Amino acid sequence: MPQLEKKKAAATDAAATASIDIRDVTCTFTTKRSRTTAVDGVSMRIEPGEFVSILGPSGCGKSTLLKMIAGLVLPTTGQVGLLGRQVKGPQRNIGFAFQRAALLQWRGARKNILLQAEMRGMDKRTAARRADELIELTGLAGFEDALPHELSGGMQQRVALCRALLHEPPVLLLDEPFGALDALTREHLNVELNRIWRETGTTIVLVTHSISEAIYLGTRVEVMSARPGRIIETMPVDLPRERDYGKVMSAPEFETLAAHIRTLLSGSH
Amino acid sequence: MTTAQDDIKAPAAVPTAPERTGRRGARLGNQLAAFGSAVWRPLIVLAVIGLVWWFVTAREMVERYLVPTPGSVFEVMWEDRSMLAEHTYVTLYETVIGFLLAALIGIGSAVLIVYSKTAERSLYPIILFAQVIPKIAIAPILIVWFGTGLSPKIILAVLIAFFPVVVSGVAGLRDTDPELLDLSATMGASRWSVFVKVRFPGALPQLMAGLKVAVTLAVVGAVVGEFVGASEGLGYILLLASGNLNSALLFADLILMSAIGVVLFVVIEVAESLLIPWHASRREGSSVTMATT
Repeated sequence: MPQLEKKKAAATDAAATASIDIRDVTCTFTTKRSRTTAVDGVSMRIEPGEFVSILGPSGCGKSTLLKMIAGLVLPTTGQVGLLGRQVKGPQRNIGFAFQRAALLQWRGARKNILLQAEMRGMDKRTAARRADELIELTGLAGFEDALPHELSGGMQQRVALCRALLHEPPVLLLDEPFGALDALTREHLNVELNRIWRETGTTIVLVTHSISEAIYLGTRVEVMSARPGRIIETMPVDLPRERDYGKVMSAPEFETLAAHIRTLLSGSH
Repeated sequence: MTTAQDDIKAPAAVPTAPERTGRRGARLGNQLAAFGSAVWRPLIVLAVIGLVWWFVTAREMVERYLVPTPGSVFEVMWEDRSMLAEHTYVTLYETVIGFLLAALIGIGSAVLIVYSKTAERSLYPIILFAQVIPKIAIAPILIVWFGTGLSPKIILAVLIAFFPVVVSGVAGLRDTDPELLDLSATMGASRWSVFVKVRFPGALPQLMAGLKVAVTLAVVGAVVGEFVGASEGLGYILLLASGNLNSALLFADLILMSAIGVVLFVVIEVAESLLIPWHASRREGSSVTMATT
């Protein structure tokens, strides 16, 4: 079981160092006609087990930042460290979920989740057991064979979330995963995500447009400015890890934070 | 934790499990009904045309040697059935082999074009440009090169049917969700497994559309090849009948040619419904609306 040992070693490494260490990162996209700086001089250190919400106006480079952590986009200058190693290409130690569920239309829910295992060459029995656990955890039981088009948007996002969690990644990157959902479904999934985070101890980075989502879920909120994206303020969220949705929404801490973020964002436009 | 469990049950507008299985059971019935409702209108149009044909010839409004009666056409079909079957088989054989080769080469080229920048830059423009050459004009050259056997007809069928396969294959493979490709990268997936599990199945709907066009074109290729130089096949019989002013045989021959096209088209349709039952174009109305809820 050398793989298991390696995993353990990575886990202890992660405990010693930061989960994610972004140092003065800039990302510029050059096309024939123009140069756009998506991310400008961002530094961020995320400890294991943290839940960081990145909030900002559309097109502020939040998604680019997330992609740089995943190694899908490389920074123009600066460095990104993931679990103590410098990111030089696509990372495997992460789970990723997007705004669109991006499911394989020809596969049922369970098989979509298991794509993760197939691509990684995970042990089949372990993967199957893990998939069953996640299906149970996210309330997908009874829909294992349903094709994506037979599922509601919320259910599709649950499948995408399960797929991102199947290999028990130490870091989970979420790019507006609930952005396309109706408000009610979104709340339900926020509550679920809070529970999944508490139960798995995964380090989570969430990119979002929603102020309440950012505060409800995060242990810390990073507010970004409009393009070129810079971090304009870092705010710790002083709430217990286990959070009741209604209580958080009416908590005075929540209201002060939300009001402050709103003024920050309206100033950056 | 308990509140979260309650929340999970909340989303409505999702089909429950028994509902889904029920729909699956009714699928065959639905398909038959869909087939019936799709077919009755064209059948009426065909019947009207047949009736006009019969009326015109029965009243001898046109000379018999120009337009035969429906009866005489079917008589020829019956009397010459073994001869016609033989030649139908030849044309069918050329068409099917030509189509299969076109599909194989077409899909292969599409994969090459999508995966290799060099191939895209060197191959794709030429394939597009070659489309300008009237392929029918190549037939005489092929006869000179390959004689009057089956191979020039098969080659012509390949040349004509190849193009829609390439174009649809390239479009389908390029249509892959970029997020799925990003996701695969974070899974450490090999290029091969991304192709097999993500890109190719995702390209099938467009590819099947291209194959449907290709199969009807393959018939054209085979018949044109036979026109130019052959001693067998429906195209050859058509020329013979034309030379002898045997209009009944001409019509019978034409009906058989069309039948080849229709049968092959239906075969691809069936293959499509087996390969991509998940695609919107293959679903019954009920489940399409289900997707929007």
